[in-house]
Amino acid sequence: MKLIFEKHKEGRVGFTYTKADVPLALPLEAKYCRKADVHLASLSELDVVRHYTNLSRLNFSVDTNFYPLGSYTMKYNPKFTERIASLEGFSQVHPLLPQLLGGGMLAQGSLEVLFETERLLSEITGMSAFTMQPLAGAHGELAGAMLIAAYHKDKGSRRKYVIVPDSSHGTNPASAAIAGYQVKVIPTGPDGYMDLVEYQKHLNNEVAAVMLTCPDTLGIFNPQIKKIADMAHEVGALMYYDGANLNAMLGKARPGDLGFDVVHLNLHKTFATPHGGGGPGSGPVGVSESLVEFLPIPRIVRRSDGTFALDYHRHKSVGYIAPFYGNFGVILKAYAYMLKLGKEGLIQAAELAVLNANYCRVKLREHYDLPFDKICMHECVFSASRQAKNGVHAIDIAKYLIDKGYHPPTVYFPLIVKEALMIEPTETESKETLDEFIEIMIEIARLSKENPILVTQAPLHTPVKRLDETKAAREPNLRWQQ
Amino acid sequence: MSYVPHTKDDISSMLKTIGVSSIDELFKDIPQALRPKSFNIPPASSEFEVTQHLKKLAAKNATHLINFVGAGFYDHFIPAAVDAIASRSEFYTAYTPYQPECSQGWLQAIYEYQTIICELTGLDVSNASLYDGGTAIYEAAMMAIRFTGRNKIIMDSGVNLIYRTMLYTYTSNLNVEFVEIPVVHGQSSREELFKHIDDKTAAVIMQNPNFFGAVDDHSDVVAEVHKRGALAIASVYPVSLGMLKPPGEAGFDIATGEGQSLGIPLSFGGPYLGFMAAKKELVRQMPGRIVGATVDSEGKRGFVLTLQTREQHIRREKATSNICSNEALCALRAVVFVALLGKEGLKELAEHNFQKAEFAKDCLSRISGVQVKRSSPTFNEFTVMLPRHADEVVYRMIDKGFACGFPLGRFYKGLDNYLLIAVTEKRTKEDIRRLSDSLEAVLG
Repeated sequence: MKLIFEKHKEGRVGFTYTKADVPLALPLEAKYCRKADVHLASLSELDVVRHYTNLSRLNFSVDTNFYPLGSYTMKYNPKFTERIASLEGFSQVHPLLPQLLGGGMLAQGSLEVLFETERLLSEITGMSAFTMQPLAGAHGELAGAMLIAAYHKDKGSRRKYVIVPDSSHGTNPASAAIAGYQVKVIPTGPDGYMDLVEYQKHLNNEVAAVMLTCPDTLGIFNPQIKKIADMAHEVGALMYYDGANLNAMLGKARPGDLGFDVVHLNLHKTFATPHGGGGPGSGPVGVSESLVEFLPIPRIVRRSDGTFALDYHRHKSVGYIAPFYGNFGVILKAYAYMLKLGKEGLIQAAELAVLNANYCRVKLREHYDLPFDKICMHECVFSASRQAKNGVHAIDIAKYLIDKGYHPPTVYFPLIVKEALMIEPTETESKETLDEFIEIMIEIARLSKENPILVTQAPLHTPVKRLDETKAAREPNLRWQQ
Repeated sequence: MSYVPHTKDDISSMLKTIGVSSIDELFKDIPQALRPKSFNIPPASSEFEVTQHLKKLAAKNATHLINFVGAGFYDHFIPAAVDAIASRSEFYTAYTPYQPECSQGWLQAIYEYQTIICELTGLDVSNASLYDGGTAIYEAAMMAIRFTGRNKIIMDSGVNLIYRTMLYTYTSNLNVEFVEIPVVHGQSSREELFKHIDDKTAAVIMQNPNFFGAVDDHSDVVAEVHKRGALAIASVYPVSLGMLKPPGEAGFDIATGEGQSLGIPLSFGGPYLGFMAAKKELVRQMPGRIVGATVDSEGKRGFVLTLQTREQHIRREKATSNICSNEALCALRAVVFVALLGKEGLKELAEHNFQKAEFAKDCLSRISGVQVKRSSPTFNEFTVMLPRHADEVVYRMIDKGFACGFPLGRFYKGLDNYLLIAVTEKRTKEDIRRLSDSLEAVLG
């Protein structure tokens, strides 16, 4: 498709403002002003609307395609929460209003949403308190690492290391490093669990925290999790819970009960807020009692008269993680979702997510290698190693699926599984959809043996064929220029 | 039940296929001792009930006030076409475009977004967006530290205090030295600035217009920064760039900012849009996603995520940032907003904001006891000195139906009587006159 800039026609107008109703003032001195107008296309409103509407049609999305992208929980995003977020009473409120003298009463509705969401998340995870400030999952990890640093500093100990397993998300070591820690990586044992002997070897009083995903990125719940937490606590280290996979645990286990001290959640995964093509997300962080005093300011508190207020008087707080109170518009949708599902709906979400993942696991395990063949939680991780011997790699399988109208699973992650295919169907997909997907996956396995080229030449039916990523990186073309 | 399609028959046939007798059996790896100690969540509600409940809460927020509060976050008009495009679920229910063949819509939209950010800022390259204006400054400071191998950051205190506080929070566990330069008569003090720029300096961070609304030409500051081998970082307000000198023209190496004013609702503080543009030699130090144009196997133009060896999913603890997702849907709003306005619309928008603020200055300066600060030119926000504590005036103006401004004493010592007033294109001549009359009455 042409770029929006290539549709320019001099003289067209897409939007006009009311004519100025105030007397004209003297213009600013030239040295403060731009030399030339911003170089942009002139287009009609229809030009713009048609352009972006047609672009939207080039995407796969949850509303148009099955999207079993492991680790990202691409469940259905209920429509009613969109309508709630667009209510003027929420969307038009300036974030500084409650910070004005007497302004607290002007935003009681929004403050209540934040307060109640914190309470619900605390109960769901078994934590003492939450901050809604972090703006995405990785941002929550960074906030969590900063809370951990503040905790140890307060205890007078400067610890150097954060432990992560080799199956962790890339954001875990990156967040720890950016918060000022060195990263120690623990290998996964042949049973799919973190190697406890290696873990023990690396644990000492220089370890600030152990960052784990639970269930882990192989989709497996580690029954030794409490032991791992106890071992960390024995040397004074804290346990960090990466909440990417919380969907499997709703009502079944709570990070707080498992021994975790700091938890981040991804509202855009577990709590059904839209992924937005890669944001905005929301990554609230929950903590156990001993870390509450370090949470970012302002805290949202309920006064004795039932009204809500912002509290800045927390002298041990780490400070500001976000400019205000978090991605409010996203938090609101997650709050509405939780109220709608209620206790039974949340538990059912976990149960059916796990049912769907195990169904895929069992139906496909004859056809693809399953490195860790045991009951999985919300996702299952296959390997295309068998297919790769015939020249059909995970990436080829992904492209063939696209041709058939399916968004591919996550490929090549976790890094410890060769040719990984990580399938997370989520609870909102029907048996029929899974059956159709499974059928295509079996067809690919068969073609890999009989006629691999039919797979490796895919995709054939997409707006573009396979793209030259090497050229993109070697000769970066990152913006349009005439 | 909510949003799950399984019939009883589906469940029993699936369990049979799996070879277990119940759903509980699928959770047997979670030891009984680790099961939830409590799970006190209210029972399910209907869509109607939840909607009614939230409508009630929305009604508890004040939307009747005529808003003159800005302080970095502005009440601009959003054309309906922006909402219409951002409501396309082919956009909002997709994820990061890892698979380019089924994500060309998103990738092209982001490539177009990167282009408009480059055009607005006058710089070479842009990333696919960051969380907000504050995290964008933090990421820019970290880029400068990596690029120069130095660790001293000089910040003008005309940079939004919220962002300065964020930067301190983010670096509290790192070895970074900060110097803050005081603002004198609303402008950054060149004398103080030049005194502190040295061979240890990684970057100097300036904001334009600054927190007081003052417009400046920082070309001289940038020249001095470059003489010492440091980088110059600007935090800018994108709507002002329809009129003001873009950071690239002033020589800045990195421009960041809050993109909320480009078609994104105020929404009580988020989601917003951090943008970042830089000179091309800095591209490999940039954080976050970047989209590039390339060709497919038949030579046709297409778009991909590129330069990914900077990123956490490849480089893990050695990545340039831990950022994974950006604020794609907000970036989409921004590109649709700017595309609709075009060059004329953007200029017109900036003009309206400037003219209305000038008119407000004229009106307010006629009130006895009110002194409009005129030591520097301004864009759409300016500072006034009141004869009384600004908090108290703001409090009384709420009763008159106005959020009349932001009291500077909240962020700056000794400025208790100062009020920061923002006037966007949404404020009519009548609104401004009424503001002036009400203020006069409150002060009288």
